[in-house]
Formats: sequence, structure tokens, C-alpha cells
Amino acid sequence: MSEVNIIIDGVQISVPANTNVVDAARMAGIAIPVFCYHPRMKAVGMCRMCLVAVGTPRIDRETRQPVRDVEGKSVIAMMPKLQTACTTRVSEGMVVYTTTDEVKYAQNGVLEFLLTSHPLDCPVCDKGGECPLQNLTMEWGPAVSRFDYTDKVHFEKPIPLGDLIYLDRERCILCGRCVRFQDEIADDPVLGFDSRGRSWHIISKSDPPFDSKFSGNTTDICPVGALTSADFRFKARVWEVQSVPSICMLCPVGCNTTLDMRHNKLMRVMPRENAAVNDIWICDKGRFGHRFIESTDRLTTPLVRRDGALVPASWQEALGLVAEKFAAIQSAAGGAALGGLAGDHLANEDLFIFQRLFREVLNSNNLDYRTGTPGEPTPDDAGAQFGVGTGTNLMELGAGTTVLVVGPTRKKKHHSICCGCEPLRSGGASCLLPMPAQPNLTARQRGGCTIAPRRKSSLCAVCCGWCGTRSAARTCHSAPLVLPN
Amino acid sequence: MALTEHIIMRELEVPTIADFNVYLQHEGYTAWRKALAELAPGDIVKMVRDAGLRGRGGAGFPTGVKWGFLPKDVKPRYLLCNCDESEPGTFNNHQIIDRNPHQLIEGVIISAYAIESNTAYIYARGEFATAAHTLEQGIAQAYAAGLLGKNILGSGYDLDVYVHRGAGAYICGEETALMESLEGKIGQPRLKPPFPAVEGLYGKPTIINNVETLANVPRIVLKGVDWYRSFGTEKSPGTKVFSLCGHVNKPGNYELPFGLPLRELIYSPEYGGGMTDDRPVKIIVPGGASAPWLTGEQLDLTLDYEALAAAGSMLGSGGVIVLNDTVSAPHVAYKMDEFFKHESCGKCTPCREGTHWLVKVLHRMTEEGHAHPEDIPVLHSIYNQMAGNCFCLLGESAVMPIKSALALFPEEFERLLPAGMNGRTNGKHVIELQQA
Repeated sequence: MSEVNIIIDGVQISVPANTNVVDAARMAGIAIPVFCYHPRMKAVGMCRMCLVAVGTPRIDRETRQPVRDVEGKSVIAMMPKLQTACTTRVSEGMVVYTTTDEVKYAQNGVLEFLLTSHPLDCPVCDKGGECPLQNLTMEWGPAVSRFDYTDKVHFEKPIPLGDLIYLDRERCILCGRCVRFQDEIADDPVLGFDSRGRSWHIISKSDPPFDSKFSGNTTDICPVGALTSADFRFKARVWEVQSVPSICMLCPVGCNTTLDMRHNKLMRVMPRENAAVNDIWICDKGRFGHRFIESTDRLTTPLVRRDGALVPASWQEALGLVAEKFAAIQSAAGGAALGGLAGDHLANEDLFIFQRLFREVLNSNNLDYRTGTPGEPTPDDAGAQFGVGTGTNLMELGAGTTVLVVGPTRKKKHHSICCGCEPLRSGGASCLLPMPAQPNLTARQRGGCTIAPRRKSSLCAVCCGWCGTRSAARTCHSAPLVLPN
Repeated sequence: MALTEHIIMRELEVPTIADFNVYLQHEGYTAWRKALAELAPGDIVKMVRDAGLRGRGGAGFPTGVKWGFLPKDVKPRYLLCNCDESEPGTFNNHQIIDRNPHQLIEGVIISAYAIESNTAYIYARGEFATAAHTLEQGIAQAYAAGLLGKNILGSGYDLDVYVHRGAGAYICGEETALMESLEGKIGQPRLKPPFPAVEGLYGKPTIINNVETLANVPRIVLKGVDWYRSFGTEKSPGTKVFSLCGHVNKPGNYELPFGLPLRELIYSPEYGGGMTDDRPVKIIVPGGASAPWLTGEQLDLTLDYEALAAAGSMLGSGGVIVLNDTVSAPHVAYKMDEFFKHESCGKCTPCREGTHWLVKVLHRMTEEGHAHPEDIPVLHSIYNQMAGNCFCLLGESAVMPIKSALALFPEEFERLLPAGMNGRTNGKHVIELQQA
């Protein structure tokens, strides 16, 4: 992509054409405050926080050449009004000022406006400590409020937007990020707006309300404490938690996560950015499906059967017993008498160690993990047939590839892959999500094809056969097949 | 100096011109027949441009130039007639549709032909139920007479015209919000660029014109450029239907050639007939509530785009609100900004929060009678923080009443402040202490 040269606050920088001014400034190490703009979504220019002064070289009408002053520098024509940096694309020779008095006055004004209807209940707000509104107010906002506190607009304090997400309309600054996320990235356009003016507010348009598998992400991108999750609400202050990097093991995608721990207890699961897997998102299953960890039904210590009854034992004792029995079987009947069944929620690293244990230590090749009806082709057969490809970076797939997501349904999508379909599509790849025909499903969600219920295996069989005739076929992951166009 | 021949308000000469047959007898659809038989679409665009017709919706942009912005060969393209007349003090669209509906319909048809569109929509505000009904009837008559539909008069040209009623939102008069509303979405302005002429309704090139603008087109096509230019001024040719209201003896719609002084509109017996009770003029809002105010000292300003712009105001929609010296400027600003607050769509922060805050302060000052000592500087900073920073012109318009009132009548605001007292009161709400 071609580059253009621009000057932001005196810093000369070359950025790809089509970059917007917010991103360009970031590349130059200059922060432009934003609320509604999010780098993963289309810019809308609603919050007006990113107003900057923009000028472009004056072009002579007759010669179509830039006008130059006596020193040979091109003359800059400033735009009469401040521009929203998020919706302004860079152009050659553009000059941007982000710190003039006029810009500061506007930024200060927008923050003051936002705070006039904000309840300022930070002490009881879950967002406190990681709140863009707090942070931007500290850096760009006014020090005092001139707004009469009795004039604040009041709404009923939090209302459930769905089963998992609460909405506090008093805190909401109406940036629309959540609505656009559901629209553009989650592909579940279930949120919308109602009413207008100061009464404008977020609503759920679906039944059941907020019917999306990705709803938790809206609490991450909400720049205020308007959207909070039922899971994490009032559980901890964010500066008290310790973040531990982890991997989600609830589906084959393996989203990168962060476990936020307080006093060694899991408070919440957050997405961890990994452009090759889940970008910055995770599904609700991965985010909220962690309560089993604290379940009282779980074993907390190994049990060993003695005299017909299971009694608690130490790890050393339990593992010693297993090793002893394995050794006995192996020496009596050989490694082939042993087999390993691995759970399908394990990470690749765990599975790798598991197979080494069986193959190298116990001399057994009896390993399996499959579930389902014997004899029926499954998506895994494709993996068995073609092997797992070396490249597993979904986001690298561009034009010329077709991604077939096998077995997604409205209720059980391959969560983050579906989430990643939009970036894939924008990169030029085609995504097919064949699903049984269901109401409330857009053609885009189906990827333009519908299959009869329970015919997933037939589809796989057809695809496997089709792929078999093409040598270039490779699989990228055990779940999605990547086929050449 | 009343017009002897009206361009728009032809019901003054032919009282029953709203009847389809009467309209036909008085040159009705002659322009359309002439256009189909003799003129190529480009010829009509050139005529309208040469006639100097300017958009009557408020901005005064030359209509023919606007039509020229359409990208070549991108089809389909749409013509929208903006009949979401909601500007306070403006009420001429309704009268045009009520008294002379077929001229508007003919204007829509010819203009659609001129921009090579096969579909035109007339977007009427929700409250215009009667007007929408009138238009639908008129359109049905045009279809029945073969003036609309497929292969019109054997020319091979097809055109369908639809009437769509909004749900009563001022913002839907903003062209991009109108398109959103027409598409069935929430009525809020779109980001520009892309401009409607390039990417408008359903993502297709779209031209959007005001009712009065389109109603001019049949007369220009029929009578010619020179005839049209014999009305008005060099830069503002033609006539304008001014909606006169306020403290005048005869409020109503008056069609005047551009360039007559304000004084004539207000005082001439043919138009406003003077001020009620002969009180002096205090405030003139010349172009609907969005226009900066003028005062009684500016009665000699002429009513055309250039003169009013030079005086720091604008002709706008032609809704002239004239107020006498009994009104309080802060109160007028309050009522007008109350309107903008009510109609703010909420999309952008400065408009949503700024109008809300303005109205809170003005309400406190004018209605409750307990202004805060710091309220005047606060008012100044609210409108300054809004001006130039809003997403669309609604927020920018909301700045005008308060900015004008503070600039022209600062002493009236100062009088509302607490008079030398520590408390936040001007004495109006003080509870008398009872003597023991």
C-alpha cells in the first residue's frame, strides 16, 4: 500500500494511505483522545472527542499544483472547522495540530459536556480504575464541573440488557461502540438505540434479550461503566487483581485469555490480544464459563480406593500407585495393553505431553480423543486425512482462500472463529458457515448457504472427497477446512 | 409592490388551481409535456442553472449546480423531495401542497427526468397527514392521465413517485437523516462525505430538494430563464414564499421577489400590515429559528441571500419571525433552544448535552427566576463549545438564538441575575419572614 507523508504536531511521519488521523497520530507517538472510535470498527465521528485542526496543501486551481511560498514550502490551507480525527483520512502533505488552544478548548468542552450527564459514581463503579472516561478527563478534561448537580438526568439504575449484561443508562455516554460491535464484529445485530436527544439510550432488539454469544466483549470496549457483566459486578476492584496469562480450553480455537485473580481466587476472565487467534475478543462461554472452578462438587484432592472405599490421598501416593500399576501391566502384557483417552478440553501443550507419556514411556500407540457415532465421518477425519497445516494464523488468510466452518449453529458457533469471520472477509477470504435454516439468521451469518438439519456429516464427507481430488488442499485447524478457491 | 404574477402561490390568480382539471386548464403539465417532447435532461439542468434557482430549504445552494454533482452513468439514482418542513416559523410547504399541489408534483416529475431518475420520493413530515393525502391523490391523478408511470406519453421514460410520511422529527429534514429515515432506520444524520449526490439513498446517487425549490421548476421550464430572472435580484433570482409570523397584524405566507426590504414585508398593507398595536420591532428572526437575529434597526435590509448574509444572518427557510418590545430576549432564546433540545437526535455529544445544559440554565433564569451569578459566562461557554463542533447543523443552529440574544440584549440577561445578594435568587421566590 502506498505511503503518504504528513506532519502531526511538527512530527513528520509516513503512514499508509487510508489511515485515519487517530491511528496516524498513534504511529507518531501522539495520543488523540477518543470515545466512539475503536480501531477494530468503522469510524463514526459521533462523540466529537477527537477534534483536531487539519490543514492540507493549497492547490492552485489552474495548474493543479500545490501553491508554494517564497521559501518553496507548500502553503497550508487550514479547514475552517475542527475535524474529527477518526473520520479524517490522511492525505499527502496534510498538517495536523492536536494541541492548539482551539483544539484544547473543544476537547475540554466535549469532556465537560459528557460529564454533565454522567453520574460520577466512580466509587461504586466497576469500571473505576480502567475507565477511559476517568483517564481522558484526568488528561484532557476540566478540573471542576460548572453543571448544577440537581440538573442531572436520572434513569433507573442498572437494568438487565440480557442475562449476562447490565446497562446503566446514567453512565452511558452514547458512543455506540456496543451496538456497532454486535453489528460489525459479532455479526449478531441485536442491540440498537431508542428515543432521541438526551433520552437516547441503548436497547436490546432480540428475544431473548441481548441474544449473542459475544456479549461480554461489549463490557470490554464500553469506555465507561455503562455495561457491566453480571459475572464480575461488584466482585473486585481492578487494581486489586493480579492478571495471569492463560488459554481458554472450552473449544478448539484456544483463545488467549487473562485470568484476573484476587487472593488466589478467579475473579474474571478477560481476552488477551493475539492477532493470530482471537484478536482482542472472546466468546461468552470462555468469559463466563468459569464458575465450575469454584464448584464444591469438584475433587480437590486425589482419592485412592482402599478396601472398596475411596479415601483421600496425597498426590505423591496417588501418582505412585498409578505408576506402579502401569508398570505392572506393561511388564506383564506389553505397552499395547495400555491406552490413553484424552479429554477434548486440553490444550495442545498438555496433549503433547500426554502422547509423549504413552508413546515414549509406556510404549503404547493407543491414543484417542474422538467423540461421536462410530463410522460417521467427522470434521476430525479431514484432519486425519490431510494432516494439520503448519500455518494456523487465521488472520493471515486473505484473498483466494475459503474458510468452511463446519457445524456452527446459532446456539453453538465455533465462537471466536465466527467472531473472526469479519476480519477474514475484510482481508478478502470467503467464509462459509453452513447452518440449518433458522429464523433471525442473516444471509451473511449463514455465509449464503443453508444445509438440512443433521446433515453436517454428509457435508463433511462431500468436502473431504472434494478436497481429496485437489492436491493443494491443506487444513489449517482441526475445525475449519481451508480450501483453495 | 405586490407581484402581478406569482410563480408559486398561483392560487392567488386561480383560486381553484388545487383541482387537477383547473390546473390542466392553466398551463398544468404543459412544462412536463414540453420537457418530454423538446428537452433532453441536460437541457433542463442547464435551464435551472441558468435561471439561478437556489435551494429554498435553507442553504440557498444553486439547484442546477447541485444536480450537476451526480456521477455520470451510475444508476439507479433517486430524487427526494424534502417536505419535512419543521423549522420554527416556517409554514410555506404546507400551503403550497394545500393550494397548488400539482405544480409541486409536476416539479418533482420534471426534476426527476432532468437528473435521469426513475424513482422519486416525497418525504412528508409525520404531522402532514392531510398534505400527504393531497399529494397521493394528485399523484394518482397524474398516473391516471398517463403523466406518470411506465412509458410516459409514449416517450419510453418511466417514473414512479411515492409519498412517505416520517414520524415527526425535525432532524429528518437534514438530508442524510431523511434518507436514513426513508430507509427505515433511526432518523440521524450520516457522516459526510460521501455526499448524497454520490452515495445517498440506498447507497445510490441522490438529489434532495425542498418543496418550494421543486415547485419553481415547471415555471422555469415553461416560461424560460429570462422570464424567471425578471424576478428578484441578480444573485437571488425569482421569488420566495416568506412565512411571516409574530407580532404583525397579518401573519401568513407572502410571495415576494427577492430583494425587497424587510420593512415592506412587515409594514406593507399587502403583506404584514404593520405591527400589532403599532409597537416597535425588537427582534426579527429572518430565516427560521436557525437564523441569527436582527433588530428593529435593520428593517431596511433587503430580503435576499446576499444582503442577509452580509448582515451576519441568513435567509434560511424564509420563516420570518417578528417580535415586538414586549418580549424578553432571554425568554425567546429559551423557547427556541427548548425546541432544539427537544429535537436533538442525540448522536453527537455537543448537541445532545449542550442543548440540554443551555435549556437547564435558561429555564432556571427565565422561568424559575433564580439565576446563578456565574450563569452568563456559562452560557457563553456552552454555545462556544458547541459552535463548529457538532455532527450536523442542528447543533450549530441551536447556538444561534442564545448567541444572538446574548450579543444583542446582554443587559436583559444581567437583569435576571441575583441583585447584589449572596443567595441564588433575584427575590422572586423569597419567602417573606413573618413578623413575630
